[in-house]
Amino acid sequence: MNWQWFHRLGSPRWFYEKTSRWSPWLGIVTLTLLVVGTVWGLGYAPIDSKQGNSYRIIYIHVPSAFLALAGYYVMAIAGAVGLIWKMKLSYMVMKSAAPIGAALTFLALVTGAIWGKPTWGTWWVWDARITSMLILFFLYLGVIALQGAYQFQDLSNKSSAILSLVGMINIPIIYKSVDWWFTLHQPATLKLTGGSSIDPSMAYPLLVMIAGFYCLYAWLLMFWTRQEILQHEQKTSWVKDEVLRG
Amino acid sequence: MNFQFENFQDFIHMSGHGSFVWACYLITLLTIIALLIIPGQQKKSLRQQMQRQQRIDRVEPNHL
Repeated sequence: MNWQWFHRLGSPRWFYEKTSRWSPWLGIVTLTLLVVGTVWGLGYAPIDSKQGNSYRIIYIHVPSAFLALAGYYVMAIAGAVGLIWKMKLSYMVMKSAAPIGAALTFLALVTGAIWGKPTWGTWWVWDARITSMLILFFLYLGVIALQGAYQFQDLSNKSSAILSLVGMINIPIIYKSVDWWFTLHQPATLKLTGGSSIDPSMAYPLLVMIAGFYCLYAWLLMFWTRQEILQHEQKTSWVKDEVLRG
Repeated sequence: MNFQFENFQDFIHMSGHGSFVWACYLITLLTIIALLIIPGQQKKSLRQQMQRQQRIDRVEPNHL
């Protein structure tokens, strides 16, 4: 089998040059999806019979929670690849995934709290779903903190990777928390199999927003990883040319 | 598919839930903007650092 692509993928310079061309296109797709989804969700999706207009928060709450979880997989898998194959680029992806994931988890928590006020009558409850999301937020912060904790980058990378792999245990708990424990949080709205509990007229803009957030995540991760490459490879001549060129 | 609100005022007010809904969208917008700006800022400070190093190298080429 030809493994050349795998080695090339591990080259920061190759990644940087490829993504220079992809990034603007991904940006256009992301912004289009987010603008369409937001206008559709805010203005054109029908009003909810029970929750009124407050349910429109779903169009950012659910996508950001989705990506907070998916982003954790990205971070942990990148960490594992770094541990196993000693791939530099993989660690850079892991490092970049941490602040983006933390921001998305923060958004999921904050929009959830704001949605909770008119719906449940409280900003915060210590129930399983919300608490496990808060733990996810702390795991992301832990990885960010570990990145700055050691003098040697290699040690920081290894310990961050191990923390993110150990933290994987939290992910199925978050998914299942609404089924395992009694909770105020409503169960999953969208299901791949079987009936979803949401009308198509409300679900389509949600799907657009989820697609938009996936693209946003990929775009941001690319952006942050590119900067991480410049930082990490700043002694090389191609990075010097790239940075000083403007 | 129709616009769900009578007028712009109605759209902002969202039958009393406006402040909650708009706060969420505003926070999200600001977070996304911050995530987009930070790497660019880091690149800028890296450039300034490199330019400073270049000036030092010009004045004292063998200072190391």
